[in-house]
Amino acid sequence: MLQVSVEHVSIAYERTTVLKDISFSVEEGDYICVLGENGSGKSTLLKGILGLVPLQEGTVSFHGETERTHVGYLPQQTQTQKDFPASVMEVVLSGCLNSKGKRPFYLRKERETALYNLKRLGIGELKKKSYRNLSGGQQQRVLLARALCATDKIIFLDEPISGLDPVATSEFYQLIEQLNKENHISVVMVSHDVGTALKSANKVLHITREGCFFGSKEEYLQSGLGAEFLHAWNGGETK
Amino acid sequence: MTILQEMFSYHFMIRAVVIGGLVALCASLLGVTLVLKHYSMIGDGLSHVGFGALSVAMVMNAAPLAVAVPVVILAAFLLLRISENGKLKGDAAIGLISSSAIAIGVVVTSLSSGMNADVYSYMFGSILSMSESDVVLSVGLSVVVLLVFVLCYNTIFAVTFDERFAKANGTKTGWYNILLAILTAITIVVGMRIMGTMLISGLIIFPALSSMRVFQNFRSVMISSAVISVVCFFIGIVISYLLAVPTGASIVLTNLAVYLLSAAAGKVLGVD
Repeated sequence: MLQVSVEHVSIAYERTTVLKDISFSVEEGDYICVLGENGSGKSTLLKGILGLVPLQEGTVSFHGETERTHVGYLPQQTQTQKDFPASVMEVVLSGCLNSKGKRPFYLRKERETALYNLKRLGIGELKKKSYRNLSGGQQQRVLLARALCATDKIIFLDEPISGLDPVATSEFYQLIEQLNKENHISVVMVSHDVGTALKSANKVLHITREGCFFGSKEEYLQSGLGAEFLHAWNGGETK
Repeated sequence: MTILQEMFSYHFMIRAVVIGGLVALCASLLGVTLVLKHYSMIGDGLSHVGFGALSVAMVMNAAPLAVAVPVVILAAFLLLRISENGKLKGDAAIGLISSSAIAIGVVVTSLSSGMNADVYSYMFGSILSMSESDVVLSVGLSVVVLLVFVLCYNTIFAVTFDERFAKANGTKTGWYNILLAILTAITIVVGMRIMGTMLISGLIIFPALSSMRVFQNFRSVMISSAVISVVCFFIGIVISYLLAVPTGASIVLTNLAVYLLSAAAGKVLGVD
């Protein structure tokens, strides 16, 4: 089932076009890996889809039960956040903001949702801890739990593993894969960790300055672009 | 006790305590979000703009608040916009605007009447400068600020913690920023005449920083910040009465003492 379609989207940043003519779509259960060189506009594309930056051209539409204001977004962490005095529960509850509507307070239902998502990510025992005292991997899980409070349909992850140690990284990937395979939550993930990201993904969106490639992982690996990119990546690995 | 009785036998003292206490309360609540969003220096910039506006109003014989409030609100918009997406970096822009505003204020007053006691009181604050209209304004302001923080508490948390996430999930974050900017601007204009242009930002920054050294979650930081701010204001004004020192300075020093104590307490409790 079609969830999101992005058609001929271009985004300009301070009058320079960073993204040109991007088209792709997300079907229910997809795990899409967004690749591209540094500065190719991967993060900007996510922001454009979520309405955080204006589109210069093109359209983004959400279909069926997937709503534009009910998406799970895991942005890149800022320094401010890392030192923020908030309890884990406070952070996760803020994911329920969109279901709260105009009501000033959260209800038991929303607290239960928050607790459920903490437990499902294996961090239920952290709920009273302070966010700023957690490790990088724990902080990412808390933000993922928050994203899951906002939706059970689709999550957008912006370089979620940057700054994590190898163990935390592989645990995080496992969680994402589990959410995708078992809970059928669609995943759109920007990552520069090509190798690992490609393991779980079923589709690839590769952005270049001229446009983009979008197709299944198999098609991508056989395409010239995919082969070239992976070669460069592997070359970087062996050095 | 007799000292307190004596202190409160003056009508202007009661007025200053009421206005100042309410302003301290508002400043501390707004301060938590401003400090966490790295906007603390905006308070400083706005008070300087307030000084410029008050000086111009005085020369033109206009009502000081009627001129200063809109000008400072305008400056608050401008500073928020600049720090969000301008070519000028936020801190540099604030420095630029605040020194220009002070310069305008000083030049205008020197050309007309020369630097006088009124200008001095704007710089360092005076509890004698408060009028009945300030009482009305500060009561109104604090009612609005308290309502906003109680009714929109969860949204304010979400926007402060992660504006992008809140916006992606349909929160009108721009609107919240404007609301907070307006409330901050009014708080500063009312408070700067007690605290002084140079010292009002202490009222915004200190309580939040002190609370963050000790408390680990947002709700406790908010509540303790409000309590610390009001208590420090009261202690500060009593000290200033006893020692006959300027009120703003003694309030800021009380806040500094509390900050040092909180920092020490935080170390002992192992919060950091």
